[in-house]
Amino acid sequence: MASSTISSNSTTFIKKDVGLSAFSSSPSSFSVPKTKRRNSRKIVSVMAPQQSPRSPSTTGSVKTAMTMTEKILARASQKPQLSPGENVWVDVDILMTHDVCGPGSFGIFKKEFGQNAKVWDREKIVIIPDHYIFTNDERANRNVDILRDFCTEQNIKYFYDIKDLGNFKVNPDYKGVCHVALAQEGHCRPGEVLLGTDSHTCTAGAFGQFATGIGNTDAGFVLGTGKILLKVPPTLRFVMDGEMPDYLLAKDLILQIIGEISVSGATYKSMEFVGSTVESLTMEERMTLCNMVVEAGGKNGVVPADSTTHKYLEDKTDVPYEPVYSDEQARFLSEYRFDVSKLEPLVAKPHSPDNRALARECKDVKIDRVYIGSCTGGKTEDFLAAAKVFHASGKKVKVPTFLVPATQKVWMDVYSLPVPGCGGKTCSQIFEEAGCDTPASPSCGACLGGPRDTYARMNEPQVCVSTTNRNFPGRMGHKEGQIYLASPYTAAASALTGFVTDPREFLQ
Amino acid sequence: MAASTASAALSGNPNLTSSHKPHASLSPHSCLRFSTAISRKFPFKSLTTIPFTTATTAASTRRSTTVTASSTSFHGLCYVVHDNIDTDQIIPAEYLTLVPSNPDEYQKLGSYAFIGLPSSYETRFIEAGELKTKYTIVIAGQNFGCGSSREHAPVALGAAGARAVVAESYARIFFRNSVSTGEVYPLETEVRICEECRTGDVVTIELGESKLINHTTGKEYKLNPVGDVGPVIEAGGIFAYARKTGMIPAQTA
Repeated sequence: MASSTISSNSTTFIKKDVGLSAFSSSPSSFSVPKTKRRNSRKIVSVMAPQQSPRSPSTTGSVKTAMTMTEKILARASQKPQLSPGENVWVDVDILMTHDVCGPGSFGIFKKEFGQNAKVWDREKIVIIPDHYIFTNDERANRNVDILRDFCTEQNIKYFYDIKDLGNFKVNPDYKGVCHVALAQEGHCRPGEVLLGTDSHTCTAGAFGQFATGIGNTDAGFVLGTGKILLKVPPTLRFVMDGEMPDYLLAKDLILQIIGEISVSGATYKSMEFVGSTVESLTMEERMTLCNMVVEAGGKNGVVPADSTTHKYLEDKTDVPYEPVYSDEQARFLSEYRFDVSKLEPLVAKPHSPDNRALARECKDVKIDRVYIGSCTGGKTEDFLAAAKVFHASGKKVKVPTFLVPATQKVWMDVYSLPVPGCGGKTCSQIFEEAGCDTPASPSCGACLGGPRDTYARMNEPQVCVSTTNRNFPGRMGHKEGQIYLASPYTAAASALTGFVTDPREFLQ
Repeated sequence: MAASTASAALSGNPNLTSSHKPHASLSPHSCLRFSTAISRKFPFKSLTTIPFTTATTAASTRRSTTVTASSTSFHGLCYVVHDNIDTDQIIPAEYLTLVPSNPDEYQKLGSYAFIGLPSSYETRFIEAGELKTKYTIVIAGQNFGCGSSREHAPVALGAAGARAVVAESYARIFFRNSVSTGEVYPLETEVRICEECRTGDVVTIELGESKLINHTTGKEYKLNPVGDVGPVIEAGGIFAYARKTGMIPAQTA
């Protein structure tokens, strides 16, 4: 099989155009909990008749090996076998929506199923206000009211409400950014199908499940039926090996991948992440990896569940789940291999997530601000990483540095967890000493611009280094603004110098 | 499954029906590179030849008839954009507080379509002070509609008066949402026509013949067939398709 070695930012990178060839993907050796997935038996009868089982031929079993994504969708559609390109009705395990798309989705549900219709399963719908929360925008506030009314009317079990906008801490149910909250609240489980009215729903693929973003109309259909019509995507496989240098984070890995394959390189494809490096990543770092597959056009991203996954879920869910793994002979469209030990800190320059550059090559880029937050870069470990850089430098930031924890739990971690190797200091103490802005109320914040009064929104054509996920024109507010996407390490280092900065200046 | 079990299983969900017919075979060999089986909320608004001076109808007055793609044509001025036009450029996030199912907010959403394009686009899609665009057809490069899964993007284009988008390729969620809402008809061509057409050119799309004609330059371009989304489009979207195949009960008047 031909493979080509591509020199890319000093990284050994091998792409194999495998033309649907076989690769091994055995799970790591760990004890899988003996749990059974609770299949919904409610609506099996409405499925198209299953194909009759095919007998083995003389050349061996007809059953073709499947990838993780194919297996999950096969199980969710009660099919023994699926291949890329097939269109199937899939049973949905969890549907998530938020304040931007919830009102529209509910409107479609009522229009199509009737004003008094009931949702298919009140315990499988998760509603998380998070986008436009801490704002005086009347329509934004009204949209949260619409969520509340619908949840009351439908007796939705999982509604993470906020009523007092003045102090988020007095709202015990309020969580914050939906993709991080889904994980923290135990709604992400291996082998399941999770859909959300948000493109970064793919974050949940870190748990070894199929997770993807959908629009309001599809969400309206799912609300009423618990089903969605999906085309099975082919899978791209990304094998990452080598010891992760202590100046790199998962954000660097995904920026490398997007830079390699482009913002449309995975369009309507699944991206499966394997290898010793991936196995060494924490759950939050795996979430970062899967979070940005949509920036490559991906349908979904997925990491095989292992002991790290099961340990994370231990105290978060008692719902039984059943992980799946790609078969040894599973067919992948292409395989990409990376030696992570040779990778350097990266940024994505304006105005595209695939506009990859080495951080050290951008050292002359003067910046106006730094933003640390979002579903991509606002998790607990992201703040711990930033704090590590600030503490190592012992300096104060040179530009305004905005901190927006993703969820209420992350916010509490920022104020309570000691940063390893920092003499027992918490993130908040280190941030204060470095002169950062006080950590803001948890929400999506300025990641996607939002109403004009959104905290840290770019209302001027400034240059920003951000731990967020997109840098297209206008993404964080002003359409002439320039956004450099970076890891929390690189963002913190840049805040300290006022220029795009390689974090090795402070970490080595 | 026994009939009694079936009815018991269905009793928990009145939105589903047990008289299920096998769904239409959707070819796995889609001619549309990034297509998926998709849905739409309304039959397409412009299923006849549309003079480019005609303003779009409000959400509440959308056509309720379904016409097959083969009889459809679109005609008007084109607006040309290039590669990687993401949803924030189509409709910036500050306007996402508008709920499209509200007719007034639907119109307002349309008035902001493409307002997020950078200043390098000197010609505005919607002129200052106007609610509607004079451009019926959007011509784009690669990866049109990348970014968010928000349906507000195709809805804004449709509400503004656009009828169709012809792109080299689409981000998959935008493509799916375009068909699911019925706001704009998403078409593909393998020719990079965004380099050959100019904003303001008069164009016609003939779906039956799978071609785009630029009357200003006299050139014709082949469009890709819609591929395996066809059965869903012809049924009238995911809800109509599901009703047709017995997945959900027919709507009562």
